Amino acid sequence: MSPTPSPAERLPTDWKSDAMRKRIARRYAAERRFHLLGLGAVLLSAAFLAFLLVTMMGNGLRGFTRTEIALKVDFPASPLLLDPQAITNEALANANLPMVTSAVAEKMLGKDADALLAPTAWLSLRDAIKADPTILNRTEVIRVPASTDIDLAAKSDGTPAAEAAVKRLKQAGILSTGFNWSFLSASDGTDPTQVGIWGAFKGSLLTMLVTLVLSFPIGVATALYLEEYAPKAWWTDIIEVSINNLAAVPSIIFGLLGLSIFLNFLHLPRSAALVGGMTLALMTMPVIVIAGRNAIKSVPPSIRDAALGIGASPVQVVFQHVLPLALPGILTGTIIGMARALGETAPLLMIGMRAFIATPPGGVSDPATVLPVQIFLWSDEVSKGFVEKTSAAIIVLLVFLLAMNGLAIYLRNKFEKRW
Amino acid sequence: MTEEQKSLAPADPKMTARDVKVFYGPKQAIKGVSIDVDMDNVTAFIGPSGCGKSTFLRTLNRMNDTVASARVEGTITLDGEDIYAPSMDVVQLRARVGMVFQKPNPFPKSIYENIAYGPRIHGLAASKADMDVIVEKSLRRAGLWEEVKDRLQDSGTALSGGQQQRLCIGRAIAVEPEVILMDEPCSALDPIATAKIEELIHELRGRYGIVIVTHNMQQAARVSQRTAFFHLGELVEYGVTSDIFTNPRQERTKDYITGRYG
Amino acid sequence: MAEHTIKAFDEDIDRLRGLIAEMGGRAEAAIENAMLALQRHDKTLAAEVVADDKRIDAIEAEVEKMVVEVIALRAPMANDLRDVIAALKIVSVVERIGDYAKNIAKRVPLVATNTRTMEPISLLPSMGQVAGEMVHDALNAFAARDPDLALAVVERDTVVDDFYNSVFRTLVTYMVENPKTISECAHLLFIAKNIERIGDHATNVAEMVYYAATGKTLPDRERGPDIQLED
Repeated sequence: MSPTPSPAERLPTDWKSDAMRKRIARRYAAERRFHLLGLGAVLLSAAFLAFLLVTMMGNGLRGFTRTEIALKVDFPASPLLLDPQAITNEALANANLPMVTSAVAEKMLGKDADALLAPTAWLSLRDAIKADPTILNRTEVIRVPASTDIDLAAKSDGTPAAEAAVKRLKQAGILSTGFNWSFLSASDGTDPTQVGIWGAFKGSLLTMLVTLVLSFPIGVATALYLEEYAPKAWWTDIIEVSINNLAAVPSIIFGLLGLSIFLNFLHLPRSAALVGGMTLALMTMPVIVIAGRNAIKSVPPSIRDAALGIGASPVQVVFQHVLPLALPGILTGTIIGMARALGETAPLLMIGMRAFIATPPGGVSDPATVLPVQIFLWSDEVSKGFVEKTSAAIIVLLVFLLAMNGLAIYLRNKFEKRW
Repeated sequence: MTEEQKSLAPADPKMTARDVKVFYGPKQAIKGVSIDVDMDNVTAFIGPSGCGKSTFLRTLNRMNDTVASARVEGTITLDGEDIYAPSMDVVQLRARVGMVFQKPNPFPKSIYENIAYGPRIHGLAASKADMDVIVEKSLRRAGLWEEVKDRLQDSGTALSGGQQQRLCIGRAIAVEPEVILMDEPCSALDPIATAKIEELIHELRGRYGIVIVTHNMQQAARVSQRTAFFHLGELVEYGVTSDIFTNPRQERTKDYITGRYG
Repeated sequence: MAEHTIKAFDEDIDRLRGLIAEMGGRAEAAIENAMLALQRHDKTLAAEVVADDKRIDAIEAEVEKMVVEVIALRAPMANDLRDVIAALKIVSVVERIGDYAKNIAKRVPLVATNTRTMEPISLLPSMGQVAGEMVHDALNAFAARDPDLALAVVERDTVVDDFYNSVFRTLVTYMVENPKTISECAHLLFIAKNIERIGDHATNVAEMVYYAATGKTLPDRERGPDIQLED
């Protein structure tokens, strides 16, 4: 048995021996493997994302278009009885425009005109008259929305009968497919051609506003208190643990909370953006607190010392030095929290924001719905026309998210101070 | 206080400390230190790491208040007033007794704002013109004016280390303190920047009472007129700087100064 | 005394003190040999003493250089600084002592021309011995950093001074009685003066040792013998 050589006898390391070379080669191989693995993971995620986007785009872009029929309306010859000088809402209501529209359509397109036009086609007539009453004295071509069947057929997705009708209309030169502005300005409805995203969008906006107004100040103040002022006692530990756990609670439980407290106990208006906002605020606040605490913790103590050293009071140190430096981190946490809140469906369903809302909410206490819930409701619909509308709504939601993130990143960069 | 200390005691000390003890929880960091600080002599605190010189320095402007477990006993007075009395406003105390730290820590603001912040929060400037005067005066006294007068809006953190430390000294001066405490101000600086700061201390002497903690004995020898040697939380020896470094009385002081410590 | 944390500093100091010890030893030997040469009228020995002095001078130059280096590189403080400064001064004083021994040796041939035993010569060896002991003790005090021994050396200077006074009187009387021996007696006077200066320089060394050890300077004392001429 050879004794281990004493330190003085150890030979100098041979860095060029075969064993060394093999070791080096193995090490390089391991590094390469790791790189490739990472790259593979990134590519896989990118592929999933690309698949989502392509599918959504594919389905949804069509939802932004609408097929219209150019109806030549001879107003003087039509059964419409309206005085061009006296166009009031009452007069319009009494004029029975739907009947007039049907009559004109039948005359122009034949007996099955009703099936060709959307049920809301008469609204286009009404809007045109309102915009320019003088058309009542002449013949005007008014674009009215086609029915869902025609719409689908025009997009090559309809029944054979509808497709035949489309061909006929196209030959007559009165069919066109253009951008569906009403998708962005109308609210929910029964007919897929007439639905719009604006109601849900406004609902989301209002809800987000309430969430932000409630969760940001409270979250930041809580984070400040816990980091700067709270003594190291047992009860602060409990608060800390509780907040950390709250951030992980499933969102539907917040819905239950909202239901039992805000609706049943406080009797706040059901389905209102206020209640939705409050519920989501409960959910977002822990995220902001956690991010805020980390951001505040990362402000170096040397800045605090410097401020204290020239006689700043603790409040001045916190608000004039710590908070501005912690703001980028707090904003990041807020973005994360708000993005999560934007996409939440379950808690809002529980507090009733699933109702059919045909008009956009006027204020925070009006019944409203939010984009994710709208998407969910539309995806449940039977009519085939809602498929593309669902995808279109998803695109709108994604754009909204991107815009929010973009704004937040801009704000964060603006406040980021290099030290 | 020792006889030696009593004989050296200035007639009109700016700050006095009597039997000061500092505890961090159960651990005693400072064991009964008594010393005077006056306006005419720069006082240096020297000693090995962990001897308590920085801890003691921080009691002079109550910076230890920020440490939750710190407890201070004994009496420290500024112009005769007990600084730990409930009637003493800590914020004002820290304006009167300023501090410069080991690592230069300018605020992440412009050079102008760095200097202007202190006077602003204490209400020392009535108008922008007043503030401009204060900023220029402070930067001149800190020996930085010529180098930055054309770029006052640049960020304070863009300066070199030595300039940043002078900016911090200027910031401390801007609130017109009476005493300036310096905690190893040159540790992070190169020799040229260090020399500039030492020259600055020499110029500030007399206008402000200065206490400097340093682990560099040569610096203490160059910069101060009175030196206090701390060891394990005690004040081992205090005396005229030239005496301490040519003929110290205590064995521990001698061992530390000649490099026989440890 | 504890060692320096930086060992090289201790090595520098040891080397410095070693050189001074060597120099002191050579100076002591020079004094002894010069007195021996005088007693025995040994011109060869005297020539050796003169030649050896060059070595003493060389050590002085080396020590000076080393002291400057130690101050620049080690930044000595407190007692280390005093030691180093004292070393510098001591070394120049010991070099002077060496020179005086050399001067004594140079005069040996001039005195030995007269083979007649001269009575006054017999006084000089004991005087030389006292001076030699003083040098020896002063250098011992330096080696041991002993202020008490240094103080004892300082007090012994009066013995050498008294010796000088009595040698002076004796030689003057002898010269008056034996005018033919005036030139040799003149040399003997100078030799006595050199020995007396050696004693003074030994005292200087002792004073510097005292300062290095304690940081205090001894009070100024009278140097030189009382010159009291008889009428």
